[in-house]
Amino acid sequence: MESTALLQKLTAGMAFRGNPATLLSSSSASSHFARVQASAWPIMQGSRLRRLNVEATDLNANAFGTMPHSSTGLKIITKAVAVKTERGSTATAQQGHELLLFEALREGLDEEMERDPTVCVIGEDVGHYGGSYKVTKGMAEKYGDLRLLDTPIAENSFTGMAIGAAMSGLRPIVEGMNMGFLLLAFNQIANNCGMLHYTSGGQFTIPIVIRGPGGVGRQLGAEHSQRLESYFQSVPGLQMVACSTPYNAKGLMKAAIRSENPVILFEHVLLYNLKERIPDEEYVLCLEEAELVRPGEDITILTYSRMRHHVLQAVKTLVSKGYDPEVIDIRSLKPFDLFTIGNSVKKTHKVLIVEECMRTGGIGASLRAAIMENFFDELDAPIGCLSSQDVPTPYAGPLEDLTVVQPPQIVFAVEQLCKH
Amino acid sequence: MGWPRSIVGALQRLNQRGLAERGDLFLSISREYTLQRSVPGERHGYILRSFGANAYRSEAQERKSSIPVEIPVPYQLHKLSEGPPQHTQTTQDELMKYYRDMALIRRMEITADILFKSQQIRGFCHLYDGQEAVAVGLVEALTDDDSIITAYRDHGLYLARGGTLFECFSELMGKRTGCSGGKGGSMHLYNVKKRFYGGWGIVGTSAPLGAGLSFAHKYLNKKSVAVAIYGDGAANQGQIYEAKNLAALWDLPLILLVENNHFGMGTAEWRASKQITFYDRVHYIPGLKIDGMDVFAVREAICYAKEHCMSGKGPIVVECDTYRYHGHSMSDPGSTYRTHDEIKGIRQERDPINHVRKLILKEGFATADDLKSMDKEIRKEVEEAAAKAKEAPQPAKDALFAHIYKNDAALQFHGFVR
Repeated sequence: MESTALLQKLTAGMAFRGNPATLLSSSSASSHFARVQASAWPIMQGSRLRRLNVEATDLNANAFGTMPHSSTGLKIITKAVAVKTERGSTATAQQGHELLLFEALREGLDEEMERDPTVCVIGEDVGHYGGSYKVTKGMAEKYGDLRLLDTPIAENSFTGMAIGAAMSGLRPIVEGMNMGFLLLAFNQIANNCGMLHYTSGGQFTIPIVIRGPGGVGRQLGAEHSQRLESYFQSVPGLQMVACSTPYNAKGLMKAAIRSENPVILFEHVLLYNLKERIPDEEYVLCLEEAELVRPGEDITILTYSRMRHHVLQAVKTLVSKGYDPEVIDIRSLKPFDLFTIGNSVKKTHKVLIVEECMRTGGIGASLRAAIMENFFDELDAPIGCLSSQDVPTPYAGPLEDLTVVQPPQIVFAVEQLCKH
Repeated sequence: MGWPRSIVGALQRLNQRGLAERGDLFLSISREYTLQRSVPGERHGYILRSFGANAYRSEAQERKSSIPVEIPVPYQLHKLSEGPPQHTQTTQDELMKYYRDMALIRRMEITADILFKSQQIRGFCHLYDGQEAVAVGLVEALTDDDSIITAYRDHGLYLARGGTLFECFSELMGKRTGCSGGKGGSMHLYNVKKRFYGGWGIVGTSAPLGAGLSFAHKYLNKKSVAVAIYGDGAANQGQIYEAKNLAALWDLPLILLVENNHFGMGTAEWRASKQITFYDRVHYIPGLKIDGMDVFAVREAICYAKEHCMSGKGPIVVECDTYRYHGHSMSDPGSTYRTHDEIKGIRQERDPINHVRKLILKEGFATADDLKSMDKEIRKEVEEAAAKAKEAPQPAKDALFAHIYKNDAALQFHGFVR
C-alpha cells in the first residue's frame, strides 16, 4: 500500500512539489480566525511597542507578519512573504483546484467516507454545527447523524467509545475540538489505543484517527495553545503526523484513515485558511515520509506544521543573503523519516530544527537525539534546535509572539550554524 | 421451606444500609431454594429460549426433559415495571454443563494460585473463584455475535467464552503459546474469534469501550448486544457515567454488568460509595439487581436485559451480587478487611457450584460419586494443561518488536532501524 501511495504521489503531485503555499487568505473565509490573522504584528522600536499597519495587499497575503522584532534598525524586506510565484510550465498552472486547508481536509474526509461506509467521525459539534473549524461542514446532511456523531463534552468516554468501535470493525475519526482537550482522553489514547495491538498479541487492530487543531494560536490563552505531540510521542503503537499545507493535509488525512494503526493527525489552528492549488486526481500520501520543500546545499532545516511557514519566510531573507538552505517538512512525527533526513544531513552536514513544541521533551529533543545517534559522523556543527519557550502561552500578543520561534531568529540561527 | 420474600427483602435493605455486621448479613441472606414442581404442561409466561444456547431445542423435547428451578432471591428493579421471572427451566445436560464449566473455572483459579505462589505466574493475578456463576450464566444467555468486555479479573470469562485452558495458562506464564503471545499477561486475555474483548488494566475503561462495541453493533445493524463488565470499585469512575450518558443518548444496545463483590480491593463498598447500590445510579437507565451466585438468575437476567436492548430501549444495568473468595489479587490475603467467618459462610451458604450440585443430586441426575469423579477429571485436565503450558517455549526475542504496528515491515523505527 505504501508503494502505490508513493507512486500516486509521484505521478499526480509532481507538478506541485516544492511550491510554497500561498498565504492568501480569501475574503470569503469568514471565520473568526481569518479576521484575527489579518492583524499585523507589533514591532519593537527601541523601548516602545507600536502596531504597524501594513498595506492592504500585504495584510491579506501575510498571516504571520513580515516585520521581525529587531531593535537594530536593520533594513527589512517588506514583502518577504510567500507570494504567488510564477510557475515555470504554464501547462500545469491551470490544473487542479484551489482550496483552503480546512476544505482540503474535508475533501479527503469526504472521499474516504464515500469510499468506505465504516468510516465515521466522532466529536463535539462535528455534525449539525459542521465542526468548529468547518472541517465537517455539510457532511452531516450528506452522511447522516450516525456517521457524523455529535457527542456530549466527554472526551474520555467518546475517545474510549471510538476505540471500542475501532476494535469491533469501524474506522472512526475522533475530532478533538482543540488538541488540548484530548488530555482528558490521555488514558484511552496511551493505554488502550496505542497498546492493544501489542498486548493482544496482534489479535486486534485499532484503525482510528485522532485529529484536531493544536499549537499556539492567536491569543487563545495557555490551555488552548497546547502542543500535544510532545506528550504522545513516547507511546508505543501510535503514529503521529502533522500537516502543514492543503496538499499534505488531504493526503495525510486519507492515508491516516486507510492505515490499520492508530494515527494522530496534528493540525494547526492558524493554518486552516491556507490556500493552495491541489490536484484533481485522487492521491494518498505516505504517512511515514518527510517532504522536501526546498532543496539546498548549505544547511538542512527540519520543521513541521506552522513553523514550516516561518522557515520559508526566513528562507527568503536567507536566500537574499546568499545562503542555500534545504528545507524538509518532516510531516511524520512518529516514526521519523530518518531516510530522507539522513540523506539531507549527508549532503549539507548541518542541521537546524525549528519546532513549535517546548524546548523540554519536544519533538525537537527526540529528533536531535535520533540524528546525533545515527548521523554523528556527518555533522560539522552541533544540531541547532529552535523551540518554543518553556512557558505557558501568555494571552498578551507581544508576549505570545515571544514564546514562539520567529523568522528573524531562524535567520540568525542559520547564520550562526553556517559559520562552522 | 425458603425464607419469606418479605424478610429476605428487609434483610437486603438492612444490608444496604450497612447497619449490621457484614458477615452476619451475608449469612442470613442465605438462599435455600425450594423445588416446587410446576403442574405438568404449565407454560411459563416468559419464553427466553430464543436467546439461550438451547434455542435449537424443540419445545416437546424441553417439556419432556426439563425441570423447573426456583430463583429464590427476588430481583430488585429500577425503572422497570416487570423483571425476569423468578423461576426457570433447566435440563440434565444443562446442569451438568454448568457444573462442569464452573468447576473448571474454580479449579483453574486454584491452580493459578498455586502457580503464582511458585512464581510461575508473575506480576498481577486477580482470581475469579466465587464469581463463576456470573461468567457461566452470562455466556449461556448470549450468542457468539455478542461482545463481552471486562476488566482485569478476566480468567473466568476468558474460559467461559471459549478460551482453552492451555492458552490461558500459557498467557499467565508468559509463554509464546498464550492467547496474546505471552505479551499481555493475566490482565490482557483476549479472544477475537469469540468476541471477547478482554482484559484491561485500568479500572473503568470497560464502560466507554463497551459503549464503542455497542455503537459498532448498532452502526453495522447487527442484532447483538455488548456487555461491559465492571465492579463496585469502578462504579465511581467518571467515565462510567459518561459512558452511561452516551449509551442512553443514542440508545446503544449495551448491558452494563456490575460484578458487585462488595470490595474495591481493600475498601468495602460502603466506605467508597455514597450510594451502595449500583443498578439504580442513574435515573434514565433502568437496572436490576440479582443474586450473582445463582447461575440461573444470571442467565435469566441477561436474557431479559438482551431483550430490553434489542427492542431498542437502550442500555440497562444488571448488578450481580457476588463474592470473591480470594483477595483482590495474589498480593492481597483478603482477610484484613473481612473476616474468615464471612468467607466461610458464603462458601457454605451461597457457593455457586454447590447450588448446582445440590440440584443435580436432588434430581438424581448424578450421584455424589459421579460428581466427585468429575471433579477429579477436571482437576487432572487443568493440571495437565498447566504442565503443558509450563513446558511451552517463551516468546522469541523478535517478538519484542512484533505487533507494535500492523504492517510493521513498512515502518522504520528510530532506535531500532531494521
